[in-house]
Amino acid sequence: MSDTARENIMRKLAAAVAHRPAQIPETGALPVPALCQAEKVEQLKHFMQSVRGEVHVVKPKDWVSRLQDLLRPRALKTLLYGPATPHGKTLAAGWPPEDPGLPRLVPYAAPVEDFKSELFQLDAGITGTLGAIAENGALILWPTPEEPRLISLVPPIHIALVDAANIYCNFSDALTAGSWKAGMPTNALLISGPSKTADIELTLAFGVHGPREVLVLVLET
Amino acid sequence: MAETTGFDFAKNIRHALGDQQLRKNFKFAMGSMIQKRRLVFADEDEFEQLRAIGQAIRTRALAKLPELLAQLEARCTENGIQVHWAETTAEANATILEIMQRHGATRMVKGKSMVSEEMHLNHFLEARGIEVTETDLGEFIIQLAGETPSHIIVPAIHKNKEQIARLFHGKIPDTPYTEKVEELNAIARRTLRQKFFDGQVGLSGVNMAVAETGTLCLVENEGNGRMCTTVPPVHIAVMGLEKVVEKLSDVPPLLRLLTGSATGQLISTYFNMITSPRRPGEKDGPREVHLVILDNGRSRILTDPQFRQTLQCIRCGTCLNHCPVYTRIGGHAFGHVYPGPIGEILTPQMEGLREAGVLATASSLCCACEAVCPVKIPIPGLIRELRNASYTAHPTGRVPGEGFKRNLPETLAWKAWEKINRAPALNAVVTRLAGLMGDKAPRLGPLKIWSRYRTPPRVARRSLHTMTRAQGVDDE
Repeated sequence: MSDTARENIMRKLAAAVAHRPAQIPETGALPVPALCQAEKVEQLKHFMQSVRGEVHVVKPKDWVSRLQDLLRPRALKTLLYGPATPHGKTLAAGWPPEDPGLPRLVPYAAPVEDFKSELFQLDAGITGTLGAIAENGALILWPTPEEPRLISLVPPIHIALVDAANIYCNFSDALTAGSWKAGMPTNALLISGPSKTADIELTLAFGVHGPREVLVLVLET
Repeated sequence: MAETTGFDFAKNIRHALGDQQLRKNFKFAMGSMIQKRRLVFADEDEFEQLRAIGQAIRTRALAKLPELLAQLEARCTENGIQVHWAETTAEANATILEIMQRHGATRMVKGKSMVSEEMHLNHFLEARGIEVTETDLGEFIIQLAGETPSHIIVPAIHKNKEQIARLFHGKIPDTPYTEKVEELNAIARRTLRQKFFDGQVGLSGVNMAVAETGTLCLVENEGNGRMCTTVPPVHIAVMGLEKVVEKLSDVPPLLRLLTGSATGQLISTYFNMITSPRRPGEKDGPREVHLVILDNGRSRILTDPQFRQTLQCIRCGTCLNHCPVYTRIGGHAFGHVYPGPIGEILTPQMEGLREAGVLATASSLCCACEAVCPVKIPIPGLIRELRNASYTAHPTGRVPGEGFKRNLPETLAWKAWEKINRAPALNAVVTRLAGLMGDKAPRLGPLKIWSRYRTPPRVARRSLHTMTRAQGVDDE
């Protein structure tokens, strides 16, 4: 069925565009604003906070202890992480093994089929990022085998680490600078804040299906 | 007109206009969506520049459509996505059912997709014993209510929180009555979490598909789209064949236009770009990804260079928000999947003028839709083309059902009008007669209907022509 469908559709389309307009308009581009790193951090913070994201700028060596300070008042039981990532290793190395005030680290080490029941019970997840976008306050996530997709989706709190040097002025800039088209990952993501909806009377409410809190640590040297 | 079309538009309109609650809900919602959009496109020059880019991207994609779809198919296949083609909605439905049956799957979780509405997929699958759960909050609400979307972006906008509170209380087991929006959201979250957990197949739409890389892009705020495309072992994406764009670099400007126009956001909470099923070593994500590419009349729309512009649409819904007719009658009155200005041009072309040509009459031609369209579709111009097409068949046959409204009295009346206006002497006589008798003429037929709620214009005793001549202005 589908082979014939394909042929029929393609034949109709080819006939339809046979007399295409001679001039296909030139696609312009908006200028990329030239921002310095501090400005980019400021913009990211501004846009993230405007949709209830929480942003903290920290020194790279301090992020684990800062994270602990941020998590203590939240009284979480578990924190999901990718144990084989560089930041996962740093996290595990800096995490006290038996501190009742801090969540227990849970590695995402098995395929989801063997891990799903536990995964859906966890309190928070931490991921790295490929960077962020100043123009709209979005984080760029590029999940890997070491840091799977569901860490940033299923637990109610998502913690993300952003290297301030990797904040791009806009999305186009990020695509070009990272040569994305040369090799797209299974799933690239932009995340601009906690999950939200306005489907009931346009009343904005946070935390529908994805995380209700997004906590960003910007590592600034 | 009811005898020539499958639904009674006039009756729907009367019904909608009489529903005070519905009118209040829409008036409030459309007003605030207009405000939000205005804030995000506050810089008019920048917006004009941006939408010129959007229009160029979409025009280029349509001009190259067959080669871009072939490229998309090739890239997707290399990436491990299985591509299926469907000429009709029936074929698309059958393809999806076959995939589900192959996996012995009986539970589907579904992200928001207008194409799946076009296919009436839920109805089709449910009739074959498959449980389909809509997971976008708005879609979830209307599924519980057994209704269809009334808006393409905010499908349950016709309901207020009291109505939703009653619905949840009545339809979801062990649910107390609450009108608090936060609590209603929490109820939906709790109910749907289990569905995501148990889902065997996830279905989504596609906002744009990138030919260059074989990437499927999805825009959403809730996270249900990511759930549907990440948790179940199989993901099926459905797209109208016009949704392809050529390059990855086409994505950022279109995304900006889409989220700005749709919800007044700089960017949605999530922008999800899917390029392959789970790769070796990866721990989650579906093991199979399918892409169903649907025609359903689009290839015919592409044929005509003018009507082709309909396919530039990125389904932002901003023309609905800005339409004075839509705002007063809401989406259901349109009786078809796509309401509002875009529906007025898209539906008659898909379903034919006999079935849906009447939709093109639901416009005051105020041109607000054209002024805000992020890809510059000349909607009012196309509405007029379709109105004309209902009376006059085009030599190459552009729209099904062309000329179906053609009738002898109207044809004769216009022929007479033409004759009178071509012959100056005849024109002079008729104009004088009109001045003398015009106001006394009986109001019959369409004129009677028209003047039922409107004050008929008074015919001047003397024509402008005579008056200016009397003032000494020459003919030339």
